[in-house]
Amino acid sequence: MAIEVKIPTILRTYTDGSKSVEAKGDTLSALIDDLDGSHPGLKGRLITDEGALHRFVNIYVNDEDVRFTGSLETQLKDGDTVTVLPAVAGG
Amino acid sequence: MRYESLVDAFGDTPLVGLPRLSPRWEGENPVRLWAKLEDRNPTGSIKDRAALAMVQAAEADGRLTPGCTILEPTSGNTGISLAMVAKLRGYGLVCVMPENTSVERRQLLEMFGARIISSPAAGGSNQAVATAKQLAQQYPDWVMLYQYGNPANAQAHYEGTGPELLRDLPTITHFVAGLGTTGTLMGTGRFLREKVPDIQIIAAEPRYGELVYGLRNIDEGFVPELYDDSVLTSRFSVTSYDALRRTRELIEHEGIFAGVSSGAILHAALSIADRVATADKSADIAFIVADGGWKYLSTGAYSGSLQQAAEKLEGQLWA
Repeated sequence: MAIEVKIPTILRTYTDGSKSVEAKGDTLSALIDDLDGSHPGLKGRLITDEGALHRFVNIYVNDEDVRFTGSLETQLKDGDTVTVLPAVAGG
Repeated sequence: MRYESLVDAFGDTPLVGLPRLSPRWEGENPVRLWAKLEDRNPTGSIKDRAALAMVQAAEADGRLTPGCTILEPTSGNTGISLAMVAKLRGYGLVCVMPENTSVERRQLLEMFGARIISSPAAGGSNQAVATAKQLAQQYPDWVMLYQYGNPANAQAHYEGTGPELLRDLPTITHFVAGLGTTGTLMGTGRFLREKVPDIQIIAAEPRYGELVYGLRNIDEGFVPELYDDSVLTSRFSVTSYDALRRTRELIEHEGIFAGVSSGAILHAALSIADRVATADKSADIAFIVADGGWKYLSTGAYSGSLQQAAEKLEGQLWA
C-alpha cells in the first residue's frame, strides 16, 4: 500500500530534497514510522518526545487536518495523499 | 435602514441560499448551503466587525486615546477596516503587510491614509507578525491591537455573526469559515455550540505556494493565541486551484462575486455537504463570504483558464 507524502521545503533535508516521497502504513502513526525508516530523523521533526504531533506541524490526509480525524490513529488507504505543512499565520 | 455614521452600519449582513450549488435544495432530506455575505460591511469585508470591536475595547480600557497611532500586522482586510475606523475616530495607522498582497489592498490603505510597512514575501503573514512585534518594542507609544490574540476579535463574532446566523437559520447544522486569525471561527463557533449542541464547526485554511512557507525551521511556525481547536470539528487545507474553481462557480451558478478565500470556504462546505447528501441525511450549512472579488482583479483570479489563474496566484496571499 503506497501513500504519497508531500514534504514541505524546511523538511526536505531529510528527503534529499524530494518534494514528495512514498511510504506505507494503515494508520498515520505506522506511516510515520515507515517514513522514519527510509528518512531517518523525520519522525522527530513531526512528533514530540511525548508522542503528540508537534505544535507547529499540520498533517493533512486528502486535505483534512488529522487532528480532527483521529490524529496519529487516522486510518489510511491506498491512494490517499498525506501533506505535511508548517503552521503559518493568516489574516 | 438609517445609521448615525458609517461605523454604525456594520453587521446584520444578508444570508442567501445557494439553490443551484446545494446538493439537494428541495425534497426529502435537503442539504442546503447558505452564504453569509460579509462583503456587505462598510469597507467590504468581515474584518470590519473585528476592527471596530478591537478599537472600542482599546478605547474602553484606556489604551487608545485621541491622537494615538495604531499598529497592526495584516494581509490587508483588517488593515483596510482599521484604516476606516481610525480615520473616523482620529487615530493614525501603521500596517505591517507582506509585500505579496494585491495592489488593490495597498491602494485602499493609502487612500484611507494608512502608512504601510512591507514585510518580505517569504514568510508571509508570519513575517508580518514578527516585524510588527519588533516595531511595537521600538515604538512603545504605538498601540498594537494584535488581531491574532485580541479577545475582542472573537467576541465581535460571538456577539454579532453567531446570533445573526441563528436568527436567520434556526435549523443550522454546520458553520464553515476561513481560518486566519481564527476570530470568526472561535467567536461564532462558541456561540453556536452553546445554542445548537450538535453543530459542526468547520475551518477552511488556504494552502499557499512554497514561498509563503519559507520558514527557516519548524519552530518559527505560528498558531494564533486565539486558536482553540476544541471549538472545531474539522479543518480543511484548500489549494489555490480549488479555491479559484469554487470562486468562479459562485459567480457562474449563483451570481455571487466573492474573493478567493470565500471560494476556499465554499470548497470545504461542499466537501461536507456531499458527505451528508451521500449518507441520505439533511443539513443546513452556513458559510462565510468574507469579501467581494474587487480587491483581487489584478491577481488574474477571474480571467484566463483556471490553471493559468492558479499559477498566477501562487506565492500571493489571498486570504
